[in-house]
Amino acid sequence: MEKNCIEQKLSKEVEEILNQYTAAKDNLVPILNDVQVKYGYIPQIAQRQISEYLNIPMAEIYGVITFYSRFTLTPKGKYAISVCLGTACFVKGSEKLMNRLKEKLNIKEGETTPDGKFSIDNTRCLGACGIAPVFTVNGEVYGNATVKKLDEVLDKLLAE
Amino acid sequence: MKTLEEIRKIREEKRKELNIRINNNVGTKEKHILVCHGTGCTSSKSTKIIETFRKIIEEKDIKNVQVIQTGCFGLCAKGPIVIIRPEDTFYAMVKVEDCKEIIETHILGGKTIERLLCKDIDGTKVNKLDDLTFYKKQKRIALQNCGKIDPENIDEYIAFNGYKALEKVLLEMSPDKVIEEIDKSGLRGRGGAGFPTGKKWALTKLSEGKQKYVVCNADEGDPGAFMDRSILEGDPHCVLEAMIIAGFAIGANQGYIYVRAEYPIAVERFKIAIKQAREYGLLGKNIFESGFDFDVDVRLGAGAFVCGEETALLESIEGKRGQPRVKPPYPAIAGLWGKPTLINNVETYANITKIILNGAEWYSSIGTETSKGTKVFALGGNVVNIGLVEVPMGTTLREIIYDIGGGIPNNRDFKAAQTGGPSGGCIPKEHLDTPIDYESLKQIGSMMGSGGLIVMDDTKCMVNIAKFYLDFTVDESCGKCTPCRIGTKRMLELLEKICNGEGNMEDLQKLEELATNIPKTAICGLGQSAPNPVLSTLKYFREEYLEHIKYKECKTGQCKALAKIQIDQTKCKGCGMCKRNCPVEAISGEVAKPHFINEEKCIKCGTCISVCPFHAIR
Repeated sequence: MEKNCIEQKLSKEVEEILNQYTAAKDNLVPILNDVQVKYGYIPQIAQRQISEYLNIPMAEIYGVITFYSRFTLTPKGKYAISVCLGTACFVKGSEKLMNRLKEKLNIKEGETTPDGKFSIDNTRCLGACGIAPVFTVNGEVYGNATVKKLDEVLDKLLAE
Repeated sequence: MKTLEEIRKIREEKRKELNIRINNNVGTKEKHILVCHGTGCTSSKSTKIIETFRKIIEEKDIKNVQVIQTGCFGLCAKGPIVIIRPEDTFYAMVKVEDCKEIIETHILGGKTIERLLCKDIDGTKVNKLDDLTFYKKQKRIALQNCGKIDPENIDEYIAFNGYKALEKVLLEMSPDKVIEEIDKSGLRGRGGAGFPTGKKWALTKLSEGKQKYVVCNADEGDPGAFMDRSILEGDPHCVLEAMIIAGFAIGANQGYIYVRAEYPIAVERFKIAIKQAREYGLLGKNIFESGFDFDVDVRLGAGAFVCGEETALLESIEGKRGQPRVKPPYPAIAGLWGKPTLINNVETYANITKIILNGAEWYSSIGTETSKGTKVFALGGNVVNIGLVEVPMGTTLREIIYDIGGGIPNNRDFKAAQTGGPSGGCIPKEHLDTPIDYESLKQIGSMMGSGGLIVMDDTKCMVNIAKFYLDFTVDESCGKCTPCRIGTKRMLELLEKICNGEGNMEDLQKLEELATNIPKTAICGLGQSAPNPVLSTLKYFREEYLEHIKYKECKTGQCKALAKIQIDQTKCKGCGMCKRNCPVEAISGEVAKPHFINEEKCIKCGTCISVCPFHAIR
């Protein structure tokens, strides 16, 4: 019963997104983008609705979702942490940050911790090369980062 | 809707208002506080600085002072940057807490705040932007308005001669004349390959078909490159105006700009620019009553590097997986939805209006024999002045890295400069004096690329760097053609083997074989250029590969499996920097006495190597 309610709400919201677009095939990527931004992933119900609206097979939509790194099929964590692995950050040691993060949270890039609290992603260049290396927590940028600084931020969140 | 007369009037009136920014009119009582609001400075809280300035000004009821958000000034390493006009005072690394002092001491008191001034390379404090060595050797054409105007205000753009080129093109020139002018200027594609822009326009115009498209490639995927983003953030109208001009020249009425969704500020500003241009009738039907119609839509990229490849980008706009098409036919013949399409990169467009207004001869007088004009580089990595620089073609790497960039920080030595991102190569010391243009870079095993320029110091392992780029390519390969999908994966595996100390000479041979064959067989630019980082490091740093293979040694300590991090007891002064920065407390030692590393605790992260002021750890 409760599940039905959630699904109904979700499908209504997706419909609102769809209504902003014409049913032209080239609107697929912009629609997926809106859904991703709203939910942090692309729920299966949404995929089905998009499929019906644009008249594109589910398989093709799945193909598009998995092609672009921005789209995901699983929800992100409450704290979505991204480490920039662009060249400028890499040269300044962002790989160490990533390794430390994976070690501490015990998950891999692109995964979410079982309790749903953290997820790790790598991004390729946020354009904040002036303060490299950088990592972000839910979009907030931490510049000139060190393993120590990351530890401090992480310990605070872990203690919550 | 505005008529041509009205636009001209806006320009005239706004120019008067902006006189202190256009002419540096020091006599006036008015002040403009310009705050950089590009991604770099926003990441270090420049939004809050703008708000604080506005709040203080309102509270104190100060007249004649305006706070203006601008695009990138270029010197990102010193952000957030605040410039005060008309005196042109350049304040660096400004904090929210400094706003009050700037208003009270500088704006109201008329005194410069010494401690906020920017230090030049020689250590002296510099007052004005133009006096910084960083800016002296630059020539700003594409970035002309960045940092000077409010990118969200079309009137400011118009005041800085915006939409004047469009007026000239629509009212005085024929499409052929426009193309001839662009062709004569010698402008070449700034996205990387350097195809002559005029020729591309001519081909698309000649192509048969009623429906044609103009596309702007703003899918700046090269990690470490951020010039296209900065142009869109700082001066979106100059790209929009150029797209309209291109539409007129080739006979298209619809344009698309394909921007990375990772660039939210750029996307937002471009959307605002489109909206404002539509309101003024600069987009839409019958622009300037010339009978020419044009409109532009935004399409978002969703994080796929390969979509920077022109045909993959077209697929993506059509709503499909961004896989490249086999060429020919080229987009000029069959592009978006099979129709003739002109695709240029952001920086290429950013040069167009200037060529139209100043003439082809002016433009072609800048640069080298084969490469005209300027190039914007995103200078990053181990260099003091990280930021955006625009220099005439033919400037040497040494000038960019040492004169403009201020050299290598922490007393380290230069090892290599990487241009062209994952498609380019590493350039060693002996080529520092090569004048940069499309041909010279190719000759020394790299390429211009979109303009990422990453400097690496002597703590970097070149095998590891090659591995980093291959890892990127494998991740981003779209999987359509076998050489790229499987070939680059095999190359990465070989590099991993070598970095882990398990490689042998046969692996090196295989690596070279793959690196020479993949470029010949892959279908698009991504695959064809993927082996470049390996080829160039093998060419210039072969001994490092051999050290990894024969002696199982990585001198920089970057390849973890091979790293043996030790403190040189004769060099260590016992300052304790390493101890304080070690994340796992593996370093012990008394102050002023040599320190030691506990190998069991050490995670080989290399932090101590980079923080040691005496270079005693390796």
